[in-house]
Amino acid sequence: MKKTGAQILCECLVREGVEVIFGYPGGAVLPLYDTLPQYPQLRHVLVRHEQCAAHAADGYARATGRTGVCLATSGPGATNLVTGIANAYLDSSPMVAITGQVATPFIGKDAFQEIDITGITLPITKHNYLVLNAADMSKVVREAFYIAGAGRPGPVLIDIPRDVFQQETEFIYPERVDLPGYKPRLFGHPTQIKKAAELINGAHKPLIIAGRGVIISKAFAELRELAEKAQIPVVTTLLGIGCFPETHVLSFGWLGMHGMVYANKAVQDADVIVAIGMRFDDRATGMVSSFAPKAQIIHIDIDPAEIGKNVRVDVPIVGDVKNVLQVLNEQIIPKEHMEWLSQLEQWREEHPALTVRETECLIPQYVIRQIYEVTHGEAIVVTGVGQNQMWAAQFFFYDKPNSLISSGGLGTMGFELPGAIGAKIGRPEETVWCIAGDGGFQMTIQELATIVQEGLDIKIAIINNGYLGMVRQWQQLFYGRRYVHTRLWGPDFVKIADAYGIAALRVTDKKLVTSAIEKAMEHRGPFLIDFVVEPEECVFPIVPPGAALTQFIEMPQEDRVSSQSQQQR
Amino acid sequence: MKTTKHTLVALVEDKPGVLNRIASLFRRRNFNIESIAVGQSEQSGLSRMTIVVDGDDAKIEQVRKQLDKVVEVIKIMDITDEESVARELALIKVRATPSTRGEIIQIVDIFRANIVDVAVDSLIVEVTGDEDKVDSLIELLRGFGIRELTRTGRIALTRGSAGPLLVEEPKEVKVLRQPLKPPREETESPPDW
Repeated sequence: MKKTGAQILCECLVREGVEVIFGYPGGAVLPLYDTLPQYPQLRHVLVRHEQCAAHAADGYARATGRTGVCLATSGPGATNLVTGIANAYLDSSPMVAITGQVATPFIGKDAFQEIDITGITLPITKHNYLVLNAADMSKVVREAFYIAGAGRPGPVLIDIPRDVFQQETEFIYPERVDLPGYKPRLFGHPTQIKKAAELINGAHKPLIIAGRGVIISKAFAELRELAEKAQIPVVTTLLGIGCFPETHVLSFGWLGMHGMVYANKAVQDADVIVAIGMRFDDRATGMVSSFAPKAQIIHIDIDPAEIGKNVRVDVPIVGDVKNVLQVLNEQIIPKEHMEWLSQLEQWREEHPALTVRETECLIPQYVIRQIYEVTHGEAIVVTGVGQNQMWAAQFFFYDKPNSLISSGGLGTMGFELPGAIGAKIGRPEETVWCIAGDGGFQMTIQELATIVQEGLDIKIAIINNGYLGMVRQWQQLFYGRRYVHTRLWGPDFVKIADAYGIAALRVTDKKLVTSAIEKAMEHRGPFLIDFVVEPEECVFPIVPPGAALTQFIEMPQEDRVSSQSQQQR
Repeated sequence: MKTTKHTLVALVEDKPGVLNRIASLFRRRNFNIESIAVGQSEQSGLSRMTIVVDGDDAKIEQVRKQLDKVVEVIKIMDITDEESVARELALIKVRATPSTRGEIIQIVDIFRANIVDVAVDSLIVEVTGDEDKVDSLIELLRGFGIRELTRTGRIALTRGSAGPLLVEEPKEVKVLRQPLKPPREETESPPDW
């Protein structure tokens, strides 16, 4: 039966199991929008800016593990997606971005709203397509979803000219994808796995560094088995948070610039490091030349190009983390590393970064901890970028995969609100807390309208310090306290929320934090709390940029008044 | 780390934008292309690219792996250490007066190059060979005054019957009606120049 290009696209989306499209209409995609009502199973969420369509698709993908779909028109619609696509690319989030294009006769003529989006997104997509013929549509869509989700996930863009949406052609759904140039290696090489097992079995100070690859591969049980079998302590990367329960006795937090001192010390002292599904980002490693100086490194990753890219690796294993760990675990001899673990415990006691200190004033760490306490950790936390992100990662304990959703690689301020929209739509049964800074929140504040229009029950906590906090912190620590253009005037967020029809509270008093969070939780529907916190609070510990992981700066002593009553866990 | 010139050979799908994808990758990853040559391969729908890139071993390994991730790249190999034949073609327009023409022709003969165009005051010399040979000829001709110069960049094939890049055996073998010419006696590998 003949169908239009737009119908074929929708048919393919349905067959890929797509349930929601985050989009924004415009001239070039009108034929597609005109077709959408024929496919009621495809829910369309109208965002207020295309960037947020991409972020929401990304948030959805991270919360569910399924491929997120976003849709925009040609020209500015497409360019607005760019930040969101780049964000998904750097954090390996599966996404299919669909853009309209001017009709084929106009391509190359600088027509109205024409832009070469496949050219623009070349370096930030796994692959992209310009569909010049409706007959190619089904093959392209099938391949796009395959590429987005297979191997190391990432975004794929499909650019479709307006007339291709309207072309009629025979709809043939390709039963299988044949891409001779893209065949991810899923199983690790047995020899390398054997070598890795020998290294681990002979280690005295082994350490696992687990990244987002563990979450993507759903290898939680396998990771846990490896850690418990050989009593190997686990630290995660920022994006790996949640892949191993943070309340587990073998969990030692996360490493890197704002990671826990004991995690970083463990990295620097370990004799064997098992790096699993992570990519040795510079924020994680600190100065690369002094990273893990005593360790032999086993690196398990599905992307061969990540191995040896940033740090030297002794045992490379290319494969899907779950598959590799299943084979590896069989060769692991049960062991106890009492001395090593007690050393780590001692460091943990000496560097209690996760204790909220006693203060009169309202500090952001306290806010995060109270959200953790009130929700009992049963929430998906979606953060912005900067101080709010680091505190949210530090002072909330994540026991479940995909419970922290955060922009890591690109560090995109403004991700929090649209990311939370995607997460809530993907997992509507979960409590979703959007933890925003007052800076990032103002970047995508317009999505409050999307939340209301879609009736999304999202709780929003603004950590409002009146500064671009992380930049201000760097100015304080590294630029002689010269706060150049980081003082940030903000609107009355409670009134803003009110204008959107969202219930809201402002909290300035520490004593009212818990009750405000409880009120938000009890409230049915979205709720915003503007926490006006200490303006010059810093994130500690911090490893200065370019320094080794051992050169951390901790909170100055006079500020570190911790009480005995406050337990770390 | 010691940097050396490496020759990468890639079989890529013959689709619009592939060269752009690869060139963009080099720029984005801060790799330096010395030369890149693209043309048809033995299989329809596939092009063969010869890329010369300068860098230490770790960097070349990154280049290879990153290129391998491009969906349209079917296969890529570093043939630097393989037995291979590498050639380059250059066209050199050199100033030639009646008094220098004879000398130029002599040099061209020694290099087994060809003169492919003669004008009143210039010649176009065509030379094929490895880079050293082309470089040497250019250096020699420079004294006469080079007006225009163009080089193709290196193309290369590994020696032996089947290249390591062969994707799959062709399913149908065409029967040649014409009698095959007797294979030429390949005694030694041909001299490089």
